[in-house]
Amino acid sequence: MTVEASLNSVLPRRSFLKTTLLASGAFLVGVAYRRELWAGGSADEADWSPNLYLRIDPDNTVFILSKNPECGQGVKTALPMIVAECLEVDWEQVRVDQAGLDDRLGRQAAAGSGSTPDAWNDLRVAGTGARVMLVAAAAEKWSVAPSECVAREGRVLCEAKGLSARYGDLLKLAAKQAAPNLEALSLVSKPKDFKLLGRRIAGVDNAKIHTGKALFGCDTRLEGMLYAVYVKCPSFGGRVNKANVEQVLEMPGVTHAFVVEGGADPTGLAPGVAIVAETWWEANAARRYLRVDWETAQSDSSYDYERQADALRKEAGETLREDGQVEEAFGMAERIVEGSYYYPFVSHAPMEPQNCTALYHDSGRIELWAPTQLPGSARDAVSRTLGLKNESIQIHMTRMGGGFGRRLVNEFAAEVAWIAREVRRPVQLQWTREDDMSHDFYRPAGWHDFKAGLDEGGRMVAWDHHFVTFGNEGRSVSGAGISRSHYPAGLVENFRLRQSMIPCHVPTGPWRSPGHSAFCWAFQSFFDDVCDASGRDPLEFRMELLSRSFGEPPLDLARTRATLKLAAEKAGWGRELGEKRGMGLAFHFDHGGFATHIAEVSVGSGGRYKVDRVVSAIDVGPVLNRSGAENQVEGCVVDALSTCSQLEIEFIAGTAKQSNFRDYPLLRIDQTPTIECHFIESDNPPSGLGEPPFAPVAPAIANALFAATGRRVREMPFVRAGFSI
Amino acid sequence: MSQITLNVNGASHAIDVPSDMPLLWALRDKLNLVGTKYSCGIGVCGACTVLIDGRPEHSCMTTAMSEQGAEITTIEGLDPDGKHPTQVAWDEVDVSQCGYCQGGQLLTAVSLLEGNPDPSDADIDMAMSGVLCRCGTYQRIRKAIKLAAKYGQEGVVS
Repeated sequence: MTVEASLNSVLPRRSFLKTTLLASGAFLVGVAYRRELWAGGSADEADWSPNLYLRIDPDNTVFILSKNPECGQGVKTALPMIVAECLEVDWEQVRVDQAGLDDRLGRQAAAGSGSTPDAWNDLRVAGTGARVMLVAAAAEKWSVAPSECVAREGRVLCEAKGLSARYGDLLKLAAKQAAPNLEALSLVSKPKDFKLLGRRIAGVDNAKIHTGKALFGCDTRLEGMLYAVYVKCPSFGGRVNKANVEQVLEMPGVTHAFVVEGGADPTGLAPGVAIVAETWWEANAARRYLRVDWETAQSDSSYDYERQADALRKEAGETLREDGQVEEAFGMAERIVEGSYYYPFVSHAPMEPQNCTALYHDSGRIELWAPTQLPGSARDAVSRTLGLKNESIQIHMTRMGGGFGRRLVNEFAAEVAWIAREVRRPVQLQWTREDDMSHDFYRPAGWHDFKAGLDEGGRMVAWDHHFVTFGNEGRSVSGAGISRSHYPAGLVENFRLRQSMIPCHVPTGPWRSPGHSAFCWAFQSFFDDVCDASGRDPLEFRMELLSRSFGEPPLDLARTRATLKLAAEKAGWGRELGEKRGMGLAFHFDHGGFATHIAEVSVGSGGRYKVDRVVSAIDVGPVLNRSGAENQVEGCVVDALSTCSQLEIEFIAGTAKQSNFRDYPLLRIDQTPTIECHFIESDNPPSGLGEPPFAPVAPAIANALFAATGRRVREMPFVRAGFSI
Repeated sequence: MSQITLNVNGASHAIDVPSDMPLLWALRDKLNLVGTKYSCGIGVCGACTVLIDGRPEHSCMTTAMSEQGAEITTIEGLDPDGKHPTQVAWDEVDVSQCGYCQGGQLLTAVSLLEGNPDPSDADIDMAMSGVLCRCGTYQRIRKAIKLAAKYGQEGVVS
């Protein structure tokens, strides 16, 4: 038994070291590349690999390397489509191989909706350059000019002479061709020229998913593998004073039980107790008999946070930005509107709890099978923990059962690495759901107090925003900071942003569309406060807000307005919906993408509501895989509705109160609206889609609830405000 | 440790298990059938759903020992070639994002369609509400079940 991990099988079998085109750093057309290595495989080899991303076999099968981690965002399908498009091959010819961590590949991350923009040039160069060489090979074979040949569906054709050759029959000649001038390649870029891109292509791992084949981190199985749990202090940062590991060792199936001293960094190896057994169930069952005397390090609580927030909200805070004459503008304003918003901490809660598998070799080398969004960071964590050099750490990247930002931190890799070195057998660490929810890096809570000054026409002429967030020693904690250029900075002439920070000792981190996924709800809800006070239509108000800027605009005004316009058309904005029904809208821009959602809700008795429909208008440039793109939009809508309606994490005595899906209830199918997705497909370079559709969902729903009931939702989850889904 | 016999996907397996070991872990750690997923361990999320005598059950909530004599179907046993109408529909609709919950979704859908070959949205929502999908593929699940129903009625297995 061995894990299904075809590490780097895309690379040519015998010329592994010869090919390093597009090595680390070469990520733009025209950026330096190792030209001498472009030609790759030699003529006596059966297959041909012109560059790191591509190998063609004599049977015309095309192997394309997917270098990024796959957590459901669809990069393993969408990005190889770029290579296939440029190479001019049928998708049916293509096999996609998952890369492991490989420094030659540059950025390897499922983060920041960045994989698509990062890969767009590289992958087009990889596919186009290879195609040019195949055409040159055919031209040489037929003694015609390359300009007389075209590439189509995995063949080169010379139509004038009625000649045709499969790529698989041209490999030896192609390998002998001079490398093309990569800077001069003509790269397809516009949706109107796409043949494969823009189509609906089903996920490349679907067949395995539908038949239960091993794919995910926790499915890794190695010969002689043991299973482990790792018990950390329920209160973050606590250390082990004493533990009854001798008794735990006597439990059935248990092979090892030991205390790990660990360190203070929660992103590395934290203190805890490892229990290792022949099966995971036995390791976890033995945990019931574990008694640990913990020395706790902190006692943060949600109650204290709220008290501190209440006090700070009365203070001025630190001014992060001030444009124009804010106080004067408020003095002259016709009307002043105020509104406050609060959102809680939330957990990432991916369906696959954190896990990792490791094999420590006697030579001092270690291999890990890691479901990670950031494999480089997993290697760093292992390197710090075991004191190993990068060369001694091999990271296999498995498919992940969701990420949402949780797997950007890789402490599970540090934990399993330590355990594997102790036990000297292959070992899989599997966290319980409770471990996962109580040892997360949470999306931080936040309090927003807004004040807007309006002129007689209802136009916003003054803005004051006090953000109460979390920070230590003058720096906001991870995931808690706000950008000074966040809209409406630059859209309101007299603008002020102030910030206060509450000390925080629980781990926080990036959570899908970090910052934006929380801020947008507050901003876009307050815009509707302003509309309500001035009797303005929320769409018209936003169109006007986005019609001019003061200095550098904080977002592309025209592209944002276009999403508002399209969503309004498709949703029928302004339609009469009837009693207890309402429509709300919100826009946002983040991670290079523009999104507007319009939500329709029905509210019954006791604040019980249903989101009937969400209409989305999205601009991320060209759509690469239409199916995957729509899936991301639909997923963002469900995730955002789930989070805003029902989810929160509270802390008591430094410990997370919620522990499983019973008290952290993710959205179910019967709570899911109909979602309609519309794309504006511009010729702009494509940006990612894992995050941009998320942020404006919650405010669109909150604004719809207000339209239906006249009640403004000022806190998350909405169930706190008396609205239950 | 007790020796038991489990009937999984039409094959009989003799294994040694702790008497309180949930079926989920017997499948994963003893039989290497890793298509059945652990997620909550308390019978709330449905990721570990298997069919026991045709009914969808949480394999984390029943012991392996108590399922001796039952016909157990895991996702590996649905159709290993992926040609079951539900699997075909799941692929055509391209339901999955991360895919982790989809084995449980598929088996629950299969059971729904066996009892109700032409389910409405409300029927689907009721039958499927016990299987969580954190990625949010619910709209596609509705669509795929309707497509599978059509294939089932037409006898289409591509």
